[in-house]
Amino acid sequence: MEPVIATLGLTKRYRGGQLAVDGLDLVVPRGSVFGFLGPNGSGKTTTIRMLMGLIEPTSGTARVLGEAMPGAGRRVLPRVGALIEGPALYGFLSGRDNLVRFDAADPTADPRTRAARVEGALDRVGLAGAAGKKARAYSLGMKQRLGLASALLRPRELLVLDEPTNGLDPQGMREIRSLVRQLASDGTTVFLSSHLLDEIEQVCTHAAVMAQGRLLTQGTVADLASSVRGRLAVTTPDTADAVRVLKEHGVIDLVVTDDRVTGELPAAGPPDLADVNAALVRADVRVRAFGTQRASLEDAFVALTGEGFDVAG
Amino acid sequence: MSQAETAAAVRAPSPLWGLSLLRSEVGTTFRRWRTLALLGVLAAVPVLVGIAVKVETRGGGSGGHDGGGPAFISQVTNNGLFLVFTALAATLPFFLPMAVGVIAGDSIAGEASAGTLRYLLVAPAGRTRLLLAKFATAMLFCLVAAFVVAASALAVGALLFPLGDVTLISGTTISLGEGLLRAALIAVVVAMSLMGVAALGLFVSTLTNSGIAAMATTVGLLITVQILDQFPQLHAIQPYLFPHYWLSFADLLRDPVYWDQMLRNLGLQALYAAVFGSAAWARFTARDVTV
Repeated sequence: MEPVIATLGLTKRYRGGQLAVDGLDLVVPRGSVFGFLGPNGSGKTTTIRMLMGLIEPTSGTARVLGEAMPGAGRRVLPRVGALIEGPALYGFLSGRDNLVRFDAADPTADPRTRAARVEGALDRVGLAGAAGKKARAYSLGMKQRLGLASALLRPRELLVLDEPTNGLDPQGMREIRSLVRQLASDGTTVFLSSHLLDEIEQVCTHAAVMAQGRLLTQGTVADLASSVRGRLAVTTPDTADAVRVLKEHGVIDLVVTDDRVTGELPAAGPPDLADVNAALVRADVRVRAFGTQRASLEDAFVALTGEGFDVAG
Repeated sequence: MSQAETAAAVRAPSPLWGLSLLRSEVGTTFRRWRTLALLGVLAAVPVLVGIAVKVETRGGGSGGHDGGGPAFISQVTNNGLFLVFTALAATLPFFLPMAVGVIAGDSIAGEASAGTLRYLLVAPAGRTRLLLAKFATAMLFCLVAAFVVAASALAVGALLFPLGDVTLISGTTISLGEGLLRAALIAVVVAMSLMGVAALGLFVSTLTNSGIAAMATTVGLLITVQILDQFPQLHAIQPYLFPHYWLSFADLLRDPVYWDQMLRNLGLQALYAAVFGSAAWARFTARDVTV
């Protein structure tokens, strides 16, 4: 099955000479919830703008829903809902009239079903009650919801959501996440950019990581997380003995913090954890807790970028 | 994949649906307070001119001094219909093109600075279609603005002065009905005279992401060109300046009508629309939208 998004060597160099996106080869499988990760300034938004035909690539190609962008925008974009770099609204129009305007801009949208579709979209993001209010009176969270509603005006094959939970309170974030899951279960592919790692981990099936304009990795979230091996953690008052025993069993990179010893299991021929535990007990190490910590996407990210989640310079 | 199936099940798009954007554009433009304020200012000009003429002529009878003030002002006291021609002649050099400059200058740049441009484009409005809708709306604004001035002037003229048969510049007299028809025709010609400014404003609007900058630049260019049109030393280039033949609409008040200057005016406006319209299109369709 053809991927929903496929780029080949996609590159954007701005007029000032700054290389924003550098040879991106991105593949977003159909039906996935795809997390697009990277620090601010890593080229995520430039990539999204190229995919949506707003920016012309300097070189390389981008195919969306099987057709080349930006050339096929007229056929592709009606099947795509997008929220790009936050919502933008007409302050002097009501929330409802904002949606009517964006829908009217789509030449393939049926005017006869417009009113019903607008109400449906407002309902879906929980804005039905505030639809008559002027958009300039909306809070950031409400604007964000209205932006999402405009992406949901029609059934879409692909949703591109750039930081969709920005400005929302925890309750709103939860609602958006469940909305994304619901859309995905309907068969919509969701391309979700975020700098919130736990958000990606909670809703995404696939992820890609960008830094400084380059794609560091892409794959399923499970594969990404498992690419960073989990660490063995032992909680014990006898840390010195524990370190000795663990070292004998080939555990490397041992770190002691208070009553906790953590270390990395060797990649080649890792010892059976049951044996390690038995050895600790035989050596009179009093073990309070024993187990491996699952690597999170954040660990994967830090391992990949070698840095924290900071703004690229 | 139920979503995709639903998408395929809806009716095939009709070419008429594409007109939704134009309708939305017109609705959005004429619902803005700014647009209504501009029209309000334009409607106020004939009121001021009418009152001024009334006050001026109250003591001295028939106005006396000819030659001062806008065209036709001396005839207003005899026939209120002439206030329509006076008001159009008074607003055409500055008020009308300034209002058009604001609307056209803001058209693309205003959407860009609000960020709504990207959402219109991914809708997808289509760059050429959006530009055409913007230009059509600006031209509609020209027409509405000219008719607002004319209607306001007609109302004030009828209220303050007598109405009656119209004596044309050529000396012939026509009925009030025909006079009204000519007034309407003049309003249309005035609106078309503003096509050059509208196209210029649209082009400037594609150059920047600031609505205010685009409006200011367009109005600034308008004033500059108006000044250049005054210098006798520049008479060689003046026939190519868009305001040069603006006041030729007065030739519609002759019997028979002199078409020569008016056709030249309309040709010049069409030339400006073609040149700056193409420039706007070339710029807008090739530009990266980064806001």
